[in-house]
Amino acid sequence: MILRLLQSVAVVFSAATLAFVLLQLAPGDPTTALGEGITPELRATIRAQYGLDDSLATQYGRWLWSLVRGDWGWSRDQHRPVAAVLADALPRSLFLMGCALIVNVVGGMLIGAWQGARAGSRRDRTTSTALLVLCSLPEFWLALVLLVVFVHQLGWLPATGITDEMSRYMSTRQQFVDRVRHLVLPLTSLSLVGIAVFARYQRDAMQESMTQPFVRTARAKGLTESAVRRQAWRSALLPVITLTGLMLPTLVTGAVFVERVFAWPGMGFAMIRAIEARDYPVVSAGVIVGSAVTALGAALADIAREIADPRLRTP
Amino acid sequence: MSRRLSPAFVLIALLVCVVVAGPLLSPYAPNAQLDIITLRSQAPSLAHPFGTDAVSRDVLSRVLDGGRVSLALAILSVSLSLVVGTLYGAISTLAGGVIDTTMRRALDIALSIPRLLVLLAVGALWGALSFPALVLLIGLTGWFATARLVTDELRALGALEFAIAARAMGVRGPRLLWRHLMPHLLPTLVITASFGVAGTIALEAGLSYLGLGIQAPQASWGTILRDGAGVAQSEWWLSLFPGLATVFAVLACNALGDALRKQFAPNHVLSVATSRAAAPTRVAGTTSSPALPSSRTVRP
Repeated sequence: MILRLLQSVAVVFSAATLAFVLLQLAPGDPTTALGEGITPELRATIRAQYGLDDSLATQYGRWLWSLVRGDWGWSRDQHRPVAAVLADALPRSLFLMGCALIVNVVGGMLIGAWQGARAGSRRDRTTSTALLVLCSLPEFWLALVLLVVFVHQLGWLPATGITDEMSRYMSTRQQFVDRVRHLVLPLTSLSLVGIAVFARYQRDAMQESMTQPFVRTARAKGLTESAVRRQAWRSALLPVITLTGLMLPTLVTGAVFVERVFAWPGMGFAMIRAIEARDYPVVSAGVIVGSAVTALGAALADIAREIADPRLRTP
Repeated sequence: MSRRLSPAFVLIALLVCVVVAGPLLSPYAPNAQLDIITLRSQAPSLAHPFGTDAVSRDVLSRVLDGGRVSLALAILSVSLSLVVGTLYGAISTLAGGVIDTTMRRALDIALSIPRLLVLLAVGALWGALSFPALVLLIGLTGWFATARLVTDELRALGALEFAIAARAMGVRGPRLLWRHLMPHLLPTLVITASFGVAGTIALEAGLSYLGLGIQAPQASWGTILRDGAGVAQSEWWLSLFPGLATVFAVLACNALGDALRKQFAPNHVLSVATSRAAAPTRVAGTTSSPALPSSRTVRP
């Protein structure tokens, strides 16, 4: 456990270093943004003021120290601290990606387990083909297609954002309906692909699990087929748990492409906006936060796997 | 050759034919502005089956030409990550001891840094990247999973009887690795490669769509999608056809990977979810998470 913790610290440290190196390697410096209209003296003054003339080691130390203190810099594009930008965007990504993850895991497990229990049958093969096509769809393109069909052509659903502009004047019930209507399309784009991914893992695991000796034992003992499948399913959960752990970080990093298409103002959207505005502090903070939660997700997945499969427990 | 392979091979063969024969099939030069006045933003017709774009370029020609770029980028960068990843895994296994442990830990850390965010950050900092720079960038950020897969597999293979027998015969070090262990790894690598190409095609489309990948005026599936992004409703053909082409290519590579996986190594490559760019953490090739044996090594 302590080792895992150290490793997570190492991940965050590496990500911070990587972000620093990238910022240093990038062409230009913060004074470039001021344009050509200022005198060299002023430029030098500003460079001195921001400590850009100090040695790289000093700058690096200062960078790490300010990260530790929670000072993540200033977003030039949004004119407020980076931490505030992220704090605003994070709950929105959490909401969208949380819904998507639940739908994906539950849907994927159901379809995959159903397939795996009858692996090789015609229904299984047809479903497999459909899932293969679904998981080959690029999310942003699927989102684009849904947007054109359901918003522009049919006009059934709102195009962008999380709530309607008039949301604050609505009744609670209307607000709820409004939220759901805004959620449908982003969620569908994420889930059609996500369910397919989860189902493919679950199917393979379930198929393998059904051939295990303990399944034969369970059958020999006269358990009903559904009870047998339940047992096999439990041991087929490992890959799903691992995959869920790998997906957990997306709760925080958001869905870059889908958020962009539907203008869902979450973390992914904030990243894209920061990139387009060359708002470096937000970009590097995004990389660091993303790495931290990825490490955390992997650690959680390990713990969950050990709970599910006692053989993995280290004494 | 089993019959199971055939649909995937048909898809791949079709894809290769279209791409190789692209210049012969394409009716116009990809960047030729045919007639900026009368042939601007034309809907699909017999003369222009995929329509024309806002500056009167023929979209069919651009999709064919862009496919070559998209596929070349995917194949080159995946080859690069395969080579680097395999070398890393081989060196780690050969060295053993502290070096092996350190290299594995470093890999765990590298795998935790979301690739997509790094790619976006680099794209944001450097702006327009040339084709070779993109190949390097995508290749050098994509090999961690391959390296993990290679180290895990080599470790598992090294414990099998034939490897022990070879060691007992006095085969050691690099020779054991290259002559005895690596050949068994080949199917796994081929499968990883085909899922990797699928994923990279989608990744390139996404990056170029955001303006961070292939740069205009060079056509790629992503850049054509970008051209059509603002006008997806009125000029739908700019979004539909390159999108379908991307789906087709990704599907072909995924299907090939699936078919090979069934054929050669049912258990080696657990991952089936490598074909997607959107989730930054999705790991190609392996599902095992840090510090845990893969399910293969646990089973008696």
